[in-house]
Amino acid sequence: MEGDIVQMGAYIGAGLACIGMGGAALGVGNVVGNFLSGAFRNPSAAAGQTATMFIGIAFAEALGIFSFLVALLLMFAV
Amino acid sequence: MAEEAHSEGGGLVFHPMDQFIVKPLFGGDAIHWYTPTNVTLWMGLAVLAIFALLVLGTSKRAIIPGRTQSVAEMAYGFIHKMVEDICGKEGLKYFPYVMTLFMFIVFANFLGLIPGAFTTTSHIAVTAVMAVAVFLGVTILGFMLNGAGFLSLFWVSAAPLPLRPILALIEVISYFVRPVSHSIRLAGNMMAGHAVIKVFAAFAAIATIAPLSIMAITAIYALEVLVSFIQAYVFAILTCVYLKDALHPHH
Repeated sequence: MEGDIVQMGAYIGAGLACIGMGGAALGVGNVVGNFLSGAFRNPSAAAGQTATMFIGIAFAEALGIFSFLVALLLMFAV
Repeated sequence: MAEEAHSEGGGLVFHPMDQFIVKPLFGGDAIHWYTPTNVTLWMGLAVLAIFALLVLGTSKRAIIPGRTQSVAEMAYGFIHKMVEDICGKEGLKYFPYVMTLFMFIVFANFLGLIPGAFTTTSHIAVTAVMAVAVFLGVTILGFMLNGAGFLSLFWVSAAPLPLRPILALIEVISYFVRPVSHSIRLAGNMMAGHAVIKVFAAFAAIATIAPLSIMAITAIYALEVLVSFIQAYVFAILTCVYLKDALHPHH
C-alpha cells in the first residue's frame, strides 16, 4: 500500500515536471522571435548571427531538458 | 516500472518506448560488453555511411564535383566555417574532432529515421560518452594551454567586484552542468520525437481517427528530419563554444 502511494507521487511529480517544458517553449520562442524582429530590421546582418541564435536556443532549451530529466528520474529511478 | 506499464498495455497496441530496447542481434537475452546488439549494427552502419560519403564520394577528386562529392564538400565547408567563425583561426586545429562528432550524430539521427531502424543517439549512454569526452577534453586542453589562467573563466572581470564571488559560484555550477545538458539535449530530443511518432502510430489502429493520426505522423516525421539535423548542428556548435572557452578563457 505504501509503495503504491510512493509510485503515485512519482507519477504525479513526473507529470508536474512537464510544466517545465512550457518554460522552455517560452524561452526558445522569445529567442527566435527577437532574432527575427532584429533580422527584419537589418537583413544584411542576420546571416552572421544565426549561429548565435542557435547557441541561445540551446541554452534556453537546456533548462527545459532538466525538467525532462526530473521526469525520467521520477519514472525510472525513484 | 516500464515492464508493468508494458503488461497493462495502457490501451495502446504497443508501447511507444519498445523501440529503444537494446537487443542482441543473434538471439539470447544476455548482453555483455562484447555482445553485438542492434546498437552495434546501427552505429556500424552510420560509420559505413560516413565512409561512403566522405571517403568514397570524394575519391575521384573531380574538378567539377558530382552529386556525392558536392554533398561531402558542402558538409566539410559548413563545419569548417562554423569552427573558424566561433573558435577563430587557432581553433581550426580541432576541426577534425568537431567534424567527426557532427558527421556521426547527423548520420546516426538520419539512419534512425528509417522505419524499423534503431536510433543510437536516443540513448543517454551513447550521447553521454560524447559529451563527457568533450567536457574532459576541453578542461584538460584549457589547463594545458593556459595553466591556472584557465580559472579566470570563472572570475568575471567585467562584473562589479562584490558580485564576482556569486557569479563565480554560478559559473562553476554552469560549467559542471555542461556535460549533462549537452548529452541529454540530444538524447532527449531524439527519444521524445521517436516516441511521439510511435504514440500516433498506435492511434492509427483505431479506425475513426486513423486518417488524422497518419497525417500527424507525416507532419511529425517532417519535423523530426529538421530536428535530427538541428540537434547535430547544436551539438557541434556547443562543442565549438566550449572549445573557445579553453582557447580564450578571458571574458
